[in-house]
Amino acid sequence: MSLLQLIGITAVKILIIFTMMMLTVSYLVYFERKISAWAQNRLGPNRVGWYGLLQPFADVFKLALKEDIVPTNANKPIHTLAPVIALFVAFTTYAVIPFGPDISLFGITIPLVVADVNIGILYVLALSSLGVYAITLAGWSSGSKYSLLGGIRSSAQMISYEVSMGFSVAGVLLFAGSLRPAAIVLSQHGWMWNALLQPIGFITFVVSAFAETNRLPFDLPEAEPELVGGFHTEYSSMKFAGFFLAEYANMIIASALIVTLYLGGWQVPYIESIGLPAGLVIAIQIISFFAKIAFLLFFFIWVRWSIPRFRYDQLMSLGWKVMFPLSLINIVWVAGLIMIFRL
Amino acid sequence: MSLELFLFLVFAAVAAVSGILMITRSEVVMAALFLILNLASLAGLYLLLNAQFIAVVQVIVYAGAIMVLFLFVIMLLRPEHEKIVTKISGIRTFAFIIAALVFVQLAYVILKSHPGSALNSDVTASVNAGTVESIGTELYTNYILPFEAAGFLLLAATIGAVVLAKRKFE
Repeated sequence: MSLLQLIGITAVKILIIFTMMMLTVSYLVYFERKISAWAQNRLGPNRVGWYGLLQPFADVFKLALKEDIVPTNANKPIHTLAPVIALFVAFTTYAVIPFGPDISLFGITIPLVVADVNIGILYVLALSSLGVYAITLAGWSSGSKYSLLGGIRSSAQMISYEVSMGFSVAGVLLFAGSLRPAAIVLSQHGWMWNALLQPIGFITFVVSAFAETNRLPFDLPEAEPELVGGFHTEYSSMKFAGFFLAEYANMIIASALIVTLYLGGWQVPYIESIGLPAGLVIAIQIISFFAKIAFLLFFFIWVRWSIPRFRYDQLMSLGWKVMFPLSLINIVWVAGLIMIFRL
Repeated sequence: MSLELFLFLVFAAVAAVSGILMITRSEVVMAALFLILNLASLAGLYLLLNAQFIAVVQVIVYAGAIMVLFLFVIMLLRPEHEKIVTKISGIRTFAFIIAALVFVQLAYVILKSHPGSALNSDVTASVNAGTVESIGTELYTNYILPFEAAGFLLLAATIGAVVLAKRKFE
């Protein structure tokens, strides 16, 4: 494959993923509102378009027309930089997540991932550790004490949960023996899903993912009754939209990571051995990947509207005294399984 | 100009400029932010040298963990309200001597090294040396004692930190 072909194919993949992310994010907001309405016995948005389906576009239009207010005390360049960091981290992470098997088109083998790098999982962890800056800087640069407290809470929270997240991932890496996401997916062939083999690691990872995305029950950085809007109190117009977009994009990333690491990625157990035509198998596998993500996104929203918020000290002690030891136990468990069954 | 040379020039320029900006800022948060940019561009340079693992660890450990802690402390202590000390006798002379020593050391190393010989060496071997697999194998075979010693030291430091924090509350 020539360099030009490589660049062209990569550009097409980036374009497809970017468009899909943007569309999914806007409709995720719609579904969040619809599901919350359903959970609270309301109707939800139903005025713009058929069943309110054009609501996301109306929202974006409204936000774009709003005045962009920057407080007098704010540090202007950093106030602008913070939502950019949030969006950058949210969108670049997707580059290493495979959404299907390799496909052959016109004699060229195309892996269905933007960048098949052999340190893929570390790349994801590195970017997610940079995500803290967006919230911390937003809180600091606003020049408001509520924003600052929100920002500081979030850095403490994200650092705490990154530890157990990293250790949960270590269990997955032990099984796969590789940091390449594609290899991790392939190591979960059949029903060898990591969610079934290492349930403790799966639970600690999912809980940490909730904390990393700042979603309820872990949305302490923006706890409304205590901190007004938290770190984005002083944000308005499209900068606020940037944070909003990044939060939902992070939910998609977290779901995609959970699917890749624990739910077999794009694989459907034993579908290759049924005897379907190859093209159909690949189509089913790609659809199954997105179906798994869709279910997890529903789960994220479901949890948000079912469980009340933790108190800050409860959150910290859960992170350090429960999740951290559990993720260590998981590593011992996985190592034991490998020793006994010579996996 | 090859792509690698172009990327090297970009990363090197960003690293140098952000380094200078870092030491000339009077606002501490801005200085910390330029240090983060500097560390990130160093990670890019490591990638160009085929040291993928080091590059990612540079971002995770320095940019992602240590600098967050720095920012955390800076934001909580609010150093902008502190009195700025402009003159401490002898500090400039001392700083100049230290900087001169570091400069001489760097110049010596650069002049002594033979960049040509490094470029002619085996490319695949250098790519393999930078992977996680080879670093892991080295750490757990040839360097197991220093590795375990470092781990033990960190454990002792962690326990020390916990003990100190506990005593303060009682």
